[in-house]
Amino acid sequence: MFLFRKNKRRPISFNNSLVPGLTPPHTSGGSSLQALLLFRIENSNMKRLAFKPKSKFRESLGAKFIALNAFIALIAILLIFVFIFKEALPIFSDKDIRSEAGLDRMINKQVYYEGREAKWSWQPNSEVPKYSLYPLFLGTIKAALIAMLFAIPLGVGAAIYSAEFATPRFREIVKPIVELLAAIPSVVLGFFALMILATFLQDILGLPFRLNALNAGIALGLAVIPIVFTIAEDAMTSVPRSLRDAAVALGANPWQVSLTMVLPAAIPGISAGIVLGFGRAIGETMIVLMASGNAAIISASFLDSARTFSATIAAELAEVVFGDTHYTVLFFIGSLLFVLTFLINLSGDLILVRLKTRFQGKIK
Amino acid sequence: MMTHDAMTATEQPSAQGRLDFRRKTRGTIPRGLAFLAVMVVFALLTIILGSIILGGFGTISWEFITHPPEQGMEAGGIFPAIFGTVALVFLMIIAAVPVGVFTAIYLQEYTRPDSLGTRLIRVAVNNLAGVPSIVFGLFGLGFFIAFIGGGIDAVFFPAQGPVWGQPAIIWAALTLALLTLPVVIVSTEEALRTIPRELKEASLALGGTKLQTIRRITIPQATPGILTGAILAVSRGAGEVAPIMFTGAAYYLPYLPTKLNDQFMELGYHIYVMATQSPDVEATKPILYGTVLVLMILTVALNSVAILIRSRMRKRRVQV
Repeated sequence: MFLFRKNKRRPISFNNSLVPGLTPPHTSGGSSLQALLLFRIENSNMKRLAFKPKSKFRESLGAKFIALNAFIALIAILLIFVFIFKEALPIFSDKDIRSEAGLDRMINKQVYYEGREAKWSWQPNSEVPKYSLYPLFLGTIKAALIAMLFAIPLGVGAAIYSAEFATPRFREIVKPIVELLAAIPSVVLGFFALMILATFLQDILGLPFRLNALNAGIALGLAVIPIVFTIAEDAMTSVPRSLRDAAVALGANPWQVSLTMVLPAAIPGISAGIVLGFGRAIGETMIVLMASGNAAIISASFLDSARTFSATIAAELAEVVFGDTHYTVLFFIGSLLFVLTFLINLSGDLILVRLKTRFQGKIK
Repeated sequence: MMTHDAMTATEQPSAQGRLDFRRKTRGTIPRGLAFLAVMVVFALLTIILGSIILGGFGTISWEFITHPPEQGMEAGGIFPAIFGTVALVFLMIIAAVPVGVFTAIYLQEYTRPDSLGTRLIRVAVNNLAGVPSIVFGLFGLGFFIAFIGGGIDAVFFPAQGPVWGQPAIIWAALTLALLTLPVVIVSTEEALRTIPRELKEASLALGGTKLQTIRRITIPQATPGILTGAILAVSRGAGEVAPIMFTGAAYYLPYLPTKLNDQFMELGYHIYVMATQSPDVEATKPILYGTVLVLMILTVALNSVAILIRSRMRKRRVQV
């Protein structure tokens, strides 16, 4: 009834019993026959359902409008690609910028002062600007590696417990609480690492400096845990029941089912979680900016400072001159980050898609 | 291995008890380790939340929330930052929710899941969610401020200095809207999937057109999901700092943003600058903790509400 009343734009069907003895005209134009019919049903309840010619137009306009919105995400990702790369392009096209920060200068060791030995160095604001990306690359990998070492055992372990061992009621508690970790803004995690974790680590390890890669890595791990947890947990709970039943039928205990059946089947999902977590760790900005000390040094030690790609952009972009070498290099780093995370996320998604089709039994 | 165990067990009944014991004890180690992981995560969360609540609880008062900062951030409140954050996410939501909802509707109602357009959009949405937030900041600067804003200035205000081609709340909000778009899309899509097919079919059977069905059946039914998406987007947007650093946030402003091209103060940015660039960390510490607590309450409370709505929605799907 409710639907009927609101339904104003639909033509009534002419071959029903309301209008007996007439063959239905299928044309929707304003013929005299239709006018007659409309007149005849004028006083009936069906009057408000009479045909309005706007309908079809509005219908297709609405569909087009919805489709237009749907493509905004696609357009946005293309625009991001275009505009980040456009600003980085002078590295290859502009002669002055290329001589100062060409690919060779960013990758290989350079002799910056006559007579000194060649080295990698990131010092964009010195007398002789140095734009070697190697220290930044090292810092990025170092921080992300520590984060993963910290987050994988905790995230996967918690996922195994939640999916396999926890009672349904406890699971209802575990899941939202771990997901709550994802709700903490990264600036707050950075603040936590800067004010509290750094002091704690310095005290127990007896370090000369408060801020270092370990401190940033652990805080970064806190941001990665929920990603690893959620995806790994989903992978394990979506293992088909038939597999579990088969293991149980062969006499396996609950934990044997988990470790010998469910876990191997869910390994692709768990690794997808790890891959996507790594993507987050590479791109995360505020945590490393606040907690890592930001010294662009060449050191593999976890207890030394680290300067990452993202933190470099965040720390330096505010001070650069629009369009100069430094600005261009920062956008080049942005392009690197974009491509890197794009590839990482794409591979993570591909693993998940394959896992899904396998569990649905579609793989040959 | 298991079948072997079972066979030896039937052949040698006397070994049954020992075998059972072995099976049980072997299970406790992986189980215990997994439980330990859960407990460590819980402990870490408790430490983070606990230290922030303890540190910030004493600072929060009515004055703190309603007054502007004084004496170089060492006294007074954070009202402009709260106002700026709310204004920012409000503008962001206006931009992100309609686009996100329509995208979800398009993906669920208008196309087949294996069509090229759908697959492209899905890849785009997934990757949009994975683009580092600092890259969004670069994009906001390069596209919204330099290209769009600069373009508007060149056409309409050629004689003046930058009017729109400068960091402003509208550019920051649009940048954040792109960042949170995937959140809205995913959450709306999930809601659309829970709508019983019969409802839509009933509408179509009664002569409703597709658009009418979407307007009167699909969207009202998906409201909890759309709401969840919007809340999650707000919570995410309120906490992001990297995208707004160069697109409009300011550390201190003597006035509140009233126009779309004004700069604004924001809680997260306030925390970042106070924590890293304050000349006297000890003096600003209470205010810093208080600001962190306000931001935490805002984001965590919003998230909890969203999780609650979502879990109710999921239960409903099981019943249908």
